[in-house]
Amino acid sequence: SQACLLRLHHRFQALDRNNKGYLSRVDLQQIGALAVNPLGDRIIDSFFPDGNHQLDFPGFVRVLAHFRPVDEEDPGVRDPKQPEPLNSRMNKLRFAFQLYDLDRDGKISRNEMLQVLRLMVGVQVTEEQLESIADRTVQEADEDGDGAVSFLEFTKSLEKMNIEQKMSIRILK
Amino acid sequence: MALKMLLPASPASCLLLLVALAGAEAASDSNESANSTAQDAVSARFAASSREPAERISVFELDYDYVQVPYEVTLWILLASLAKIGFHLYRRLPRLMPESCLLILVGALVGSVIFGTDHKSPPVMDSSIYFLYLLPPIVLESGYFMPTRPFFENLGSILWWAGLGALINAFGIGLSLYLVCQVQAFGLGDLHLLQNLLFGSLISAVDPVAVLAVFEEARVNEQLYMMIFGEALLNDGISVVLYNILIAFTKMHKFEDIEPVDILAGCARFIVVGCGGVFFGIIFGFISAFITRFTQNISAIEPLIVFMFSYLSYLAAETLYLSGILAITACAVTMKKYVEENVSQTSYTTIKYFMKMLSSVSETLIFIFMGVSTIGKNHEWNWAFICFTLVFCQIWRAISVFALFYVSNQFRTFPFSLKDQCIIFYSGVRGAGSFSLAFLLPLSLFPRKKLFVTATLVVIYFTVFIQGITIGPLVRYLDVRKTNKKESINEELHIRLMDHLKAGMEDVCGQWSHYQVRDKFKKFDHKYLRKILIRKNLPKSSIVSLYKKLEMKQAIEMAETGILSSTAFSVLQQAQRTQATKRLSPEDVESMRDILTQNLYQVRQRTLSYNKYNLKPQSSEKQAKEILIRRQNTLRESLRKGRSLPWGTQVGAKNIRYLSFPYSKPQSGRRNAGAAEASDDDSSGLGLPFITFSARPQLGSLRESRLAQEVIPMKSLPQATMTVPFRDGRDPGPGRRTVARPRPLFFTLEEEFESRAESDEEASALRVRWTAERGHSREHGQSHSPLLRRK
Repeated sequence: SQACLLRLHHRFQALDRNNKGYLSRVDLQQIGALAVNPLGDRIIDSFFPDGNHQLDFPGFVRVLAHFRPVDEEDPGVRDPKQPEPLNSRMNKLRFAFQLYDLDRDGKISRNEMLQVLRLMVGVQVTEEQLESIADRTVQEADEDGDGAVSFLEFTKSLEKMNIEQKMSIRILK
Repeated sequence: MALKMLLPASPASCLLLLVALAGAEAASDSNESANSTAQDAVSARFAASSREPAERISVFELDYDYVQVPYEVTLWILLASLAKIGFHLYRRLPRLMPESCLLILVGALVGSVIFGTDHKSPPVMDSSIYFLYLLPPIVLESGYFMPTRPFFENLGSILWWAGLGALINAFGIGLSLYLVCQVQAFGLGDLHLLQNLLFGSLISAVDPVAVLAVFEEARVNEQLYMMIFGEALLNDGISVVLYNILIAFTKMHKFEDIEPVDILAGCARFIVVGCGGVFFGIIFGFISAFITRFTQNISAIEPLIVFMFSYLSYLAAETLYLSGILAITACAVTMKKYVEENVSQTSYTTIKYFMKMLSSVSETLIFIFMGVSTIGKNHEWNWAFICFTLVFCQIWRAISVFALFYVSNQFRTFPFSLKDQCIIFYSGVRGAGSFSLAFLLPLSLFPRKKLFVTATLVVIYFTVFIQGITIGPLVRYLDVRKTNKKESINEELHIRLMDHLKAGMEDVCGQWSHYQVRDKFKKFDHKYLRKILIRKNLPKSSIVSLYKKLEMKQAIEMAETGILSSTAFSVLQQAQRTQATKRLSPEDVESMRDILTQNLYQVRQRTLSYNKYNLKPQSSEKQAKEILIRRQNTLRESLRKGRSLPWGTQVGAKNIRYLSFPYSKPQSGRRNAGAAEASDDDSSGLGLPFITFSARPQLGSLRESRLAQEVIPMKSLPQATMTVPFRDGRDPGPGRRTVARPRPLFFTLEEEFESRAESDEEASALRVRWTAERGHSREHGQSHSPLLRRK
């Protein structure tokens, strides 16, 4: 919505320290709360797709648009030929998938799963435990037995979850 | 003669021992009763003995009356504190029942002791003492620890709910009780309307914060939290205002003389009292914030200023018959934001702890006194009145909750669900406030005061014990019913990831509310208020200071430890070899799930958990430490990529503001440039250091060993290899690689500091340290092979 865009622009400008007109990684790292978010670095990286180092306002908004709450309209009404809006369930899931899949090969390998686990778990857990948890996770989701979780398998394992609500930020409506 | 002196002396010495024991350690009942009964005997005996040898100086003297009041008060407080210690030692108990239960029980115990020994209890509960000394700390504490942002976001709903709710409850209960009193059969005919209204107003003072700890597990949402907080905050004030107004009514006229003009005046007075109090509080808040701006050099008096000004606001408001409670609340809320930034870290901690302590003491005293008066002779039991009181309390609370929220839900963007409303209804636990007001009813106007006191006590006991204990299970039941029971590990992991992601995104978006007013206030605040009220030097966030502390500790440890066992290397290799996937049994899955649930990092909560009775050490601090350490390691890893880049110019371009952040920020600038190349290196780069330190846990103290792990690589490298870029040989063996990496990092840091022109004291301190590092490590340069050979 219009007002929302305006606020986001204010925020963009507030984050942009030297008034460069774009955001760099450093600007995002200045957000203190992100520094103590275990996924902080990955989140910041997700704002910079394809190795850019500058984030302009449309890009900023595009990423945040993934988190808009889903409208409760009838999906059949929408024109199927148009591309899906960014905040559809599939796109939200794709965004989350990208957080895991760093090398962008379309699959979450066991190592990538292990890395994410390591990021999110405290230091009391030993390496063997982490490994077995990662194994189990991949095992549960992997259906074609290739030892990695593709995007479709990822989607399927989360089909019961209310993604639309989990990945929506109300104020972005 | 001498024999006679000995006789009183020996029991006196035993009694002295007893007195000493009782004063120093836990006051058990037998001690106290023995004390009190023995005191009388002893004093009698001494009175007797002192009459005989008129000129002798007695060796042992005892004067209990002199210290009686403070002595017993101290004993009570100690007893309550010991009970609290015991309460928290048994860990399941705080989740089962609110702490108020415990305090009431302790009070009842003390009361029974005093009653049993026929001791006269000290006059703790006096109207002036209560209003002047006991009440302000409690209110100050609740105002200070309230999270302000959610409060102001929900201000409309809170005012609507707390204000109107209190009024509805008060008048509703009063009126219905009056109707009950009209029924002749109950023998309550002499209670007229005003008295009932007064009773209604004092019994509607709820204290729901006491139950917050109990249902905190259920992770109620922020809005609900704020509702309960706001209600607790404003409720006391409104009840007291109503109480005073009604007392004034009762004093002024007989019932028949009251005209509509008086009623209108009463309403107007209500508003004036409320708003005037708030206004006073805000003024005092600003004054104290302004003064703290200048207290850099005498930080010891900062807590004093904070407390004295709050108290002064209370007293000043009371002088003008305005609501002191609302004044002190407003003062605390206003003051907090600016004072927090102005005072030193230690003053801030002092203020927090002292506030908690004062309010604990006050509340303990009130509860103990409540217990004392429970077991006593001043009761009047009337079945009808008491039962109807209970019933009406619940009914009217239900009515007010559901009616008011139904209306306010129309206007709110995030409406309250029915479940939330049930929780709010059920959390209507009364507390010390209503008891105090009941006890302080003037006897002259209320010939049947004892009835009121009894009824209040019954309501309090009922709500605290029964509602307090059952609210936990109720909330959990309401929550759990909706979610499905068993999630796969996959789901749990992904859910947690998404929660973190969402929290991170919310942080990126920043905090703003729906209300334009708040944004405007923030702008005004930044432009004018902060300039006036806050000191010149840069505020340091707690994360920054934490980071600095970590850095220093790390550096010191690195300088100190040179030895460590290298078993980590072998474990490391083994861990990498277990690649085979195994079929896992359900028990393994269960244990995995347990591990995950216990160890997954908590998502950052917007509202910090609030406990009325103590300051919980933030577990998020420990988590933040770990995360920061990890990040730092990754940043170090990626430094090697950026080593040859012209980061010097980058750093120079940044202004001094960056220095207030941990020095890893310039590092990240380098990382920015360095991340362009070898992005595929990232995954494997991230991999190893984690292996190195997560393999460590079985060896005891984590951080030291982790850091020591880095020490070996640093010290074992000969200097020559420093300049060689390590990009060749993707995998020259895990041990070698870890060895190779971090050494040049310290060089880059060193040079990076030298390139910075600003002489920040931290930079210079770090420079000194790092040079010490280097000097130290140069000596060990030759011990490269022996260290590696120690595998």
